[in-house]
Amino acid sequence: MPKFEELTVGDVVAQQDYKITRDSLVRYAGASGDFNTIHYRDDIAKAVGLPGVLAHGMLTMGISIQPVVSWVGDAGQVVDYGVRFTKPVVVPAQGHAALNVKATIGALEEETRRVRVDLTTTFEENTVLGKSQAWVQF
Amino acid sequence: MVNPDIQGKRYPRTSSYLVGREKVREFAKAVMAAKESQDLAFAQSKGYADLVVPPTFPVVIQEQSLTLVLSDPEAKIDFSRVVHGDQRFVYQRPIIAGDELTSELTVASVKSLGGNHMVTFETEIFDAADKLVCTAISTLVVRGE
Repeated sequence: MPKFEELTVGDVVAQQDYKITRDSLVRYAGASGDFNTIHYRDDIAKAVGLPGVLAHGMLTMGISIQPVVSWVGDAGQVVDYGVRFTKPVVVPAQGHAALNVKATIGALEEETRRVRVDLTTTFEENTVLGKSQAWVQF
Repeated sequence: MVNPDIQGKRYPRTSSYLVGREKVREFAKAVMAAKESQDLAFAQSKGYADLVVPPTFPVVIQEQSLTLVLSDPEAKIDFSRVVHGDQRFVYQRPIIAGDELTSELTVASVKSLGGNHMVTFETEIFDAADKLVCTAISTLVVRGE
């Protein structure tokens, strides 16, 4: 359990690799109820002009906060989490899309004991989420 | 096309959604969560009565409200042209398995930008005592013809 007093802006507090496969997309579709076909049908993804089957933006967002949850040890302390979807994550039929998530302390609010954690989610050397920030209550 | 007149429109309260423990586990596995959202004993050791949902779980509740908008003939939103622009969750308290939740969506803004429309929704999520638990803020980009 990290201590508020020991944190410094700029600290990298977590970093984690994730593999997204087609199986991951099917699992997320079922769990979330988002059955948009562009997340599992190559023919439909192509027909609407996409580079391939894409991961649900909400899956990328959902994964990206997990290193923070594990760092704090409590999902209930994440009191605010927002992202902008800037680039798609293309998931091949075979193999996987590799994501890397890095969590850095962006700001410390002494009064409220809240910490802003800035997230960088990278896929094929591009950042796929913009303004990805979570506030953690200590 | 999006009807700009829906700005400010408030949609009816959705029917109650019971957050099930196994649904939380299923969602947690799908977003590759660790024990924090899957291990009941761990959650209880932190003082919770049951599993705490992963931070993005309220999207499931938001979806119920969003369905009302997408099926509203007045809104004129063509779902096949919709792309998710941004998403945010602001919590008043953690959501725990066993919570019974309802939601109410307001169209916060409708903007035009270079032939596209950007529609921002604010979905307030309430517990069984009618207390605000979480606000989900979502912007959909509706691509022009």
